[in-house]
Amino acid sequence: MRFKDVFSIIGPAMVGPSSSHTAGAARIGRAARQLLGEMPQKAEVIFYGSFAATYQGHGTDRAIAGGLLDFATDDLRLPDSIELAEAAGMDLSFRQGAGLFPHPNTVRLELAGESGGLSLTGISIGGGNIEIVEIDGFSVKLSGMYPTVLIHHMDYLGVLAGVTDTMRRGRVNIGHMSLDRKNRSGAALTVLELDERLAPELAAELMALPAVQSVKLIHLEEGEKKPAESAGVEGMKEEKGKE
Amino acid sequence: MNFHTLSQLAALAAERNTEIGALMLEEQSAESGRPADAEFAKMKEYYGVMKEAVQRGMTENTTSRSGLTGLDAQRVGAYNASGESCLGGPSGQAMAYALAVSEVNASMGRIIATPTAGSCGIIPGVFLSCQERFGWDDDKMTYGLFAAGAIGYVIANNSFVSGAEGGCQAEVGSAIGMAAGALTELRGGTPAQAVHAVGLALKNTLGLICDPVGGLVEIPCIVRNGFGAVTALAAADMALAGVRSVIPSDEVIKVMLEVGSSMPEKHRETAGGGLAQTPTGRKIMEDLRGSRREEKLES
Repeated sequence: MRFKDVFSIIGPAMVGPSSSHTAGAARIGRAARQLLGEMPQKAEVIFYGSFAATYQGHGTDRAIAGGLLDFATDDLRLPDSIELAEAAGMDLSFRQGAGLFPHPNTVRLELAGESGGLSLTGISIGGGNIEIVEIDGFSVKLSGMYPTVLIHHMDYLGVLAGVTDTMRRGRVNIGHMSLDRKNRSGAALTVLELDERLAPELAAELMALPAVQSVKLIHLEEGEKKPAESAGVEGMKEEKGKE
Repeated sequence: MNFHTLSQLAALAAERNTEIGALMLEEQSAESGRPADAEFAKMKEYYGVMKEAVQRGMTENTTSRSGLTGLDAQRVGAYNASGESCLGGPSGQAMAYALAVSEVNASMGRIIATPTAGSCGIIPGVFLSCQERFGWDDDKMTYGLFAAGAIGYVIANNSFVSGAEGGCQAEVGSAIGMAAGALTELRGGTPAQAVHAVGLALKNTLGLICDPVGGLVEIPCIVRNGFGAVTALAAADMALAGVRSVIPSDEVIKVMLEVGSSMPEKHRETAGGGLAQTPTGRKIMEDLRGSRREEKLES
């Protein structure tokens, strides 16, 4: 099922004008921000297909910038997000990509933060629904509809058994799981879509497993549908200071 | 969800002796693992956002950032009030409200995508005008949104709901089908009648291309939302009167998939064909590019 529930049809609550070019793009940007775990200092945004052709008119650039600031799809600051991001010190650039791309609405993000970088490719499949199809060179498939855990680890016997056993002990059900590795015994990325949020203790247990290098979470539903209070540029700077 | 097609949806509702909206609420709660009242509350909040958008579009300045569109909802509202309109009160009101929400969307205001932002006017237009006319409460309307969602869920998973994939038939057409089916149920029609309304409505939008001028969700999208609201009312009336979709609605959905998939790329939200490539469409596009260049020079 590409569309999983009633709210992927009715909704999201969003700031216009386009659910695929604006809301979907904002959610892709937000997923990247949450994976990076901090405000990007530098963000290179490459648009493909219909995104490349119409991103200025649809505010797709603003939506991506808003997502990188961790704004939800209905955050009223979205129309001003490029200015807010720049004021907060983000070096943003936008360009049109060349070559093959997986969907008419594709965006690739190259992010650099204080403590690391991230590359991510996302597609916007309509009605604000998205799929992330690539992260740091790994093939993935995640929708952002569910609390999601991304585990960077080495391809090592028993890692998945440790992960699933941790979930079982924590009584968290796994709805979808995928693994991709660069090569045999090399770097691997496992993605879990969960039925509920992962408690910090369980994330710590995952982190403690042998061969696990990092555990990252995406919660896109958070903040969506609630009217967000408008916060100024100062709010942004504070947030940056905290991280 | 325990259904994949509209006929399964209608059969399941009949079997459980319930309405499509109530059935969808139950299914949604089972799917999400959250209590039904939490899901109901979220949908009711969405209805509140729809009402707010209608209100804003009917009273505030909705000129879009490009300057191409805005305030047509208020023009239609005033014309309705003059008593001179061809459609007459209730349909004219649905049309005005649908335009209002789409104009709020084009001006980067807050809306609910139903199923998309490009088609966000139709369901609020139909729902709010009928609520005013028939005196329904918000809870009833919220069940109506669950019914619309159930129909959209079937369409989206068997065909598509985005213009980039399937043309405007997928976007505005799906919204019309959802509104028509839900309204049929709200007016007391059976689940089977609601499903016929979906097929009747979808048949009337097959082949509709997505050709936004300059690629923006403004021209012709906003007016198509206005027309869409009226079409949804008509489809509901036909179904309530006993008209059947002789080609079963599930087969109509498959046809939409077939037609959309064979549509050339230029007619799927690329601004490469249709209205976007008329002399005027091209001129608007050039003007937009020019004004963006000026913006860049200034900054």
